[in-house]
Amino acid sequence: MSQSFTKAMARNIFYGGSLFFILVFLGLSYDTNSALPERDNRGAITETVAHGKRLWEENNCIGCHTLLGEGAYFAPELGNVYKRLGGKAGIIGFIKSRPAEGIPGRRSMPQFNFSDEELDALAEFLKYSSEINTAGWPPNIQG
Amino acid sequence: MNYQSQSVAKLYFIAAIGLFVGQILFGVILGLQYVIGDFLFPEIPFNVARMVHTNLLIVWLLFGFMGAAYFLVPEEAERELHSPLLAKVMFWIFLVAGALTILGYLLVPYAGLAQMTGNDLLPTMGREFLEQPTITKIGIVIVALAFLYNIGMTILKGRKTAISLVLLIGLLGLALLFLFAFYNPDNLVKDKFYWWWVVHLWVEGVWELILGSILAFVLIKTTGVDREVIEKWLYVIIAMTLITGIIGTGHHYYWIGTPEYWQWWGSIFSAMEPIPFFMMTVFAFNMVNRRRRNHPNKAALLWALGTAVMAFLGAGVWGFLHTLAPVNYYTHGSQITAAHGHMAFYGAYVMIVLAMISYAMPLMRGRKVAGSNRSQTVEMWSFWLMTVSMVFITLFLTAAGVLQTYLQRYSDEPLPFMVVQDKIEIFYWLREVAGVVFLIGLILYVISFFVGNSDPEAGGGVEESA
Ligand code: HEM
Ligand code: HEM
Ligand SMILES: [Fe+2]
Repeated sequence: MSQSFTKAMARNIFYGGSLFFILVFLGLSYDTNSALPERDNRGAITETVAHGKRLWEENNCIGCHTLLGEGAYFAPELGNVYKRLGGKAGIIGFIKSRPAEGIPGRRSMPQFNFSDEELDALAEFLKYSSEINTAGWPPNIQG
Repeated sequence: MNYQSQSVAKLYFIAAIGLFVGQILFGVILGLQYVIGDFLFPEIPFNVARMVHTNLLIVWLLFGFMGAAYFLVPEEAERELHSPLLAKVMFWIFLVAGALTILGYLLVPYAGLAQMTGNDLLPTMGREFLEQPTITKIGIVIVALAFLYNIGMTILKGRKTAISLVLLIGLLGLALLFLFAFYNPDNLVKDKFYWWWVVHLWVEGVWELILGSILAFVLIKTTGVDREVIEKWLYVIIAMTLITGIIGTGHHYYWIGTPEYWQWWGSIFSAMEPIPFFMMTVFAFNMVNRRRRNHPNKAALLWALGTAVMAFLGAGVWGFLHTLAPVNYYTHGSQITAAHGHMAFYGAYVMIVLAMISYAMPLMRGRKVAGSNRSQTVEMWSFWLMTVSMVFITLFLTAAGVLQTYLQRYSDEPLPFMVVQDKIEIFYWLREVAGVVFLIGLILYVISFFVGNSDPEAGGGVEESA
């Protein structure tokens, strides 16, 4: 780098540039938060949905699946599983029917032994997730 | 080594290497579970092995950063560490907390761990990379505060250089942003929005400051180039990092319920994120070409140049590959993501920590400037085995990802996820083979610390002028 461009100038670009873009980012984040109520399906967040989210977290479902494309890539996307399996009954039936010892040679989901109430909460949470406005993602029903 | 207290770094580095071995053992298990689905099922399900793999990665990199800081800061500040005792106490607290957490993952079902640790009181568990029980997270904050206090006091009382200042800003940012791990609203979109303030703003923000500062330190030491020049480069690089990387967070806000303008902000700014990585590559090679002396620690220099190249490839090139919104629409959450995640983490953060260890460890073990020729030779073999196998892991996952994206998301008749996984199985086998080579490279790396210790130092223990 040229001699006339000094370390002090570089330092000022660092401090000034960073500060400026932190402020822009905070501004955009503020705007996003104001725009979210239109998109994030918050009206659907009931006690049951919140319970479902807790169950989702406390069983580490994200350790195998993606949800809205984030998570692990070992098992299918679940942001749209409510639509793919045709509603809550499909989801509940699938989770319930996993064999405890797995499927020989193949990937299998564990048997979590959820109660009926827990199964309902999980399905409600996935229904809520599927109704978030995700700008048209995923490209098709396969997730 | 110029200051006695620098030697606390040794503890941190040894722990880092030990946990790195654990991380890779679980990586190989995961790779096998991809192709033999019931491997270790139901004893160690995939999600448990994955948590162990990724959390060990993060924890050992943190050990590495802390060790690097404990070595680097006294040298830059030209004084002893504020409190070596505090550094040792915090080491053991962090190690025990980390070990208990990993054991918890392996021995107790995750839901049980959540209950045992009172996740209901302040639910933070069960989100990718942030799976630690809330109490572990609080422990991390306490250790980080004590660490920052120790480092901060040392800098405050000593010489203040750009290198130590940038390191301190990076570490402060790391600790500050981690606090968003405690925010976990019921609203999934908000949860995800702030989750990235930890994950993205770490690896594409403040961690790059840590990376830049350690790289600058190792280059000053091994090339003898004027500090003014090196620190000027450092400032320009990290300026570009934050100018592009902060708004670049937007490349994660395309499809999670956030407004669509992020497709523009995210694409434009993150497309510029490779610039600082490219500058790092130019910087490292430039400094080596202008070197004033030939340092006998060839291995350290190899890691330093290696990280400059591989960080650019993994973060810059493989990041750019899927960062534009129209591309990311198809590749989001696919094996392409995994390919990029592997090479970026390895190139940027694994390699910089290994560069620092390579430079500092011989000094802490009583050498004047470098290890023996024999130990360096073994270490350089491990460099090539790990680095080349990581390139292959990335290439195989990229091939798997391109096919997956096409078959599942792009073709006229999209196939179900599991059907596609079967069709691309061959690439998962190839990835696993490359993973085993990586493990062999890592074993060789560990061995390099045990060979040639009674041999004389490389280059007779003196630096020649170039
Ligand atoms: C022996 C070599 C390795 C193998 C076989 C391996 C395998 C895996 C597998 C199968 C996953 C899970 C992917 C999924 O969610 O479906 C994973 C995740 C991950 N691994 Fe590795 N790994 C290896 C080495 C490494 C190394 C050296 C690093 C760090 C430099 C690393 C960092 C990560 C990260 C960051 C993730 C999360 C990726 C993401 O969410 O995109 N792995 N690894
Ligand atoms: C050293 C720096 C970097 C590291 C360690 C890193 C690591 C990662 C990891 C682990 C993920 C997966 C996160 C998850 O599990 O959901 C990810 C995602 C992503 N990264 Fe990076 N990254 C780095 C730099 C970059 C850069 C510079 C770019 C852009 C040029 C980039 C673009 C992306 C994109 C677009 C995604 C989202 C992929 C998706 O939609 O699934 N990354 N990165
Ligand atoms: Fe990112």
